[in-house]
Amino acid sequence: MTMRILVVEDDKDVAGFVVKGLREAGHTVEHADNGRDGLFLAASENFDSIILDRMLPGGIDGLRLMETLRAQDNATPVLFLSALGQVDDRVKGLKAGGDDYLTKPFAFAELLARVEALTRRGKTDGPMTRLAVGDLEMDLLSRSVRRGEQKIELQPREFRLLEYLMRHAGQVVTRTMLLEGVWDYHFDPQTNVIDVHVSRLRQKIDKPFELPLLHTVRNAGYMLRAEEI
Amino acid sequence: MGQNSKLVADLPQTMRQEQAARAPGLRVIRSAGRRFAVLYALMFGVSSFLLAASLWYSTIGLVQHQVESAIHTDDQALVALAQPPAGSIALVAQAIATRLASPVDTGSIYLLVDPTGNRVAGNLDSWPEGLTQMDAWYQLPVSRAGSASVALLRAEALPGGARLLVGRDVLVRAQLWRVLRNGLIWTGFLMVALGLAGAVVIRSIFRRMVRDISITSRAIARGDLSRRLPVGVGEEFDELATIINDMLDRISRLMDGVRQVSNAIAHDLRTPVTRARARLEDAALHAETMEDMQAAVERAMLDLDGIVGVFEALLRIAEIEAGSRRAAFAPVDLTQTLWDMDELYRAVAEERGLHLHAIINAPLPILGDRELVQQAVANLLDNALKFSAPGTVIDLVARLEDKVVQIMVADRGPGIAAADRDRATERFFRAETARTTAGSGLGLALVSAVAQLHNGTLQLFDNHPGLRAVICLPAQG
Repeated sequence: MTMRILVVEDDKDVAGFVVKGLREAGHTVEHADNGRDGLFLAASENFDSIILDRMLPGGIDGLRLMETLRAQDNATPVLFLSALGQVDDRVKGLKAGGDDYLTKPFAFAELLARVEALTRRGKTDGPMTRLAVGDLEMDLLSRSVRRGEQKIELQPREFRLLEYLMRHAGQVVTRTMLLEGVWDYHFDPQTNVIDVHVSRLRQKIDKPFELPLLHTVRNAGYMLRAEEI
Repeated sequence: MGQNSKLVADLPQTMRQEQAARAPGLRVIRSAGRRFAVLYALMFGVSSFLLAASLWYSTIGLVQHQVESAIHTDDQALVALAQPPAGSIALVAQAIATRLASPVDTGSIYLLVDPTGNRVAGNLDSWPEGLTQMDAWYQLPVSRAGSASVALLRAEALPGGARLLVGRDVLVRAQLWRVLRNGLIWTGFLMVALGLAGAVVIRSIFRRMVRDISITSRAIARGDLSRRLPVGVGEEFDELATIINDMLDRISRLMDGVRQVSNAIAHDLRTPVTRARARLEDAALHAETMEDMQAAVERAMLDLDGIVGVFEALLRIAEIEAGSRRAAFAPVDLTQTLWDMDELYRAVAEERGLHLHAIINAPLPILGDRELVQQAVANLLDNALKFSAPGTVIDLVARLEDKVVQIMVADRGPGIAAADRDRATERFFRAETARTTAGSGLGLALVSAVAQLHNGTLQLFDNHPGLRAVICLPAQG
């Protein structure tokens, strides 16, 4: 699934690295190295998502740019990149209308996963009652899960974990995304808590079946998908 | 951004104000010592003036009043003698003569003149010039028995056109008045001198009290943070000195923290940076295959991630210690938060053959930041998992006791030696037993910072064996 992504970042190295990575992942990328050009591009063209640096030269910083966009009823998902890692800054960025926030330095896999998740989120806002990946089905109303003919019993947290993975099926989901999305933790514990929970979930949904659905993506995270990767 | 430009616009004005404060004219008034001195001189002056004024009125005023009433009585008695039908001018003249014949000179002055203005009786040579109105008080120079004097006089018209003048010689009183006036002028000067002297004394006392503070403060400003203000100068100054000393203690603790952190950064970050650098250089020089190169790069990236992790933890601690997050404090009940953590970590514990035993008693209300408490407890649990041997138990106990929310995490690992326990919450401190395990030495420092932000404490105890860490937070409500 190709997306059109706008990268507004003034640091040449970071921008080059991000643009190259996104293109390699199959996306179409536009780049602006200051707030004014970024705002012009964002307002005049259609993008699936915008990767926006908080600190930009040229009078319009990231926060201003996004506020201007939102004031024009432009709801393009925005992911903030920032060297400001304080909790207040993150809250401020999200409150102003940002959809996600990533602190520098970051791993490209994390950025890619988050951008793809953002774009997906924008498209599935309607109320859903049923999720399906391959022969794995989840009924959100009766809160039941079954694979093929077999019913799978899940703990409430396992259910939320699987729901998150299913909502992002076909995308890489990082450990940090799971911590934030499923446990509402905004820091990384030193212990590999997520791996343990995912492997327990895997026991339940994959172990008795022939085709594995929950895959580990090296150096990035996990992906739930029906086809082999 | 709007706020910034406002700040910039305000800047010149603030600077002008500072300059005005430094102008010499205003500085005289701005010196607290001088202000006290001037105030003292004013108080002293006003009270002395009031004292002199009351002295003046109680002596001069009293004398004046007595003289006036004596003249009035005399006057009325003589006028009565002239009233018809029984009275006559002659009777008055006779009475005057009798009074003047008295051997004691009472200073009395009489003059009786007929309608034409000729003297009938009395001891004044002529009607004094300027005395024109009847029934009014005059103080005039008179000539009596050939000598000049001053008299208080009152004239009355008698039936038949004759006029009567009654008075008292007040030369003595006028002299007294002058003496008193001169005396008061001199005391006035004396009072001003005394007032100024007192002001100087007061000012020097004040300055002496302030001097200790300023000398010490100046020494501190020059960098000698070990100095403290003397306590015991005077009640008010003691209070001030204690406050300043407390402030200095805190500054010095913070300075120590900064120094310790910069040292630690130098030591603890240099190692992974060196390692990463060596790996990259080695790969650049010696890597023979693409795989070697990639492996080296990946390991260097891991090292860098570790360094970033340490930085983030340091910044997080600094952010917490700065206290800015107190603004976001809200009433929270930690019960569900802790059950969630139990659930998150239980799986890991079981995976490692450990048993996480949780006793969480609701309610656990605090005023604080849920996310920070979460992170603090996560750090304690991370530590417990890291140091526990398989097959042992980790306890997570939370309860409300005496308006204190206690959260305890206990393990049965190697624990921390008693001697190290106080230092365990310092940044980068790593006990000997922990040297070989992975970690940055920032975990407990963060827990302690979170506890302090909530006006709480982190205490470490021996769990016989193992470590028992207890976070105490003041309960809400």
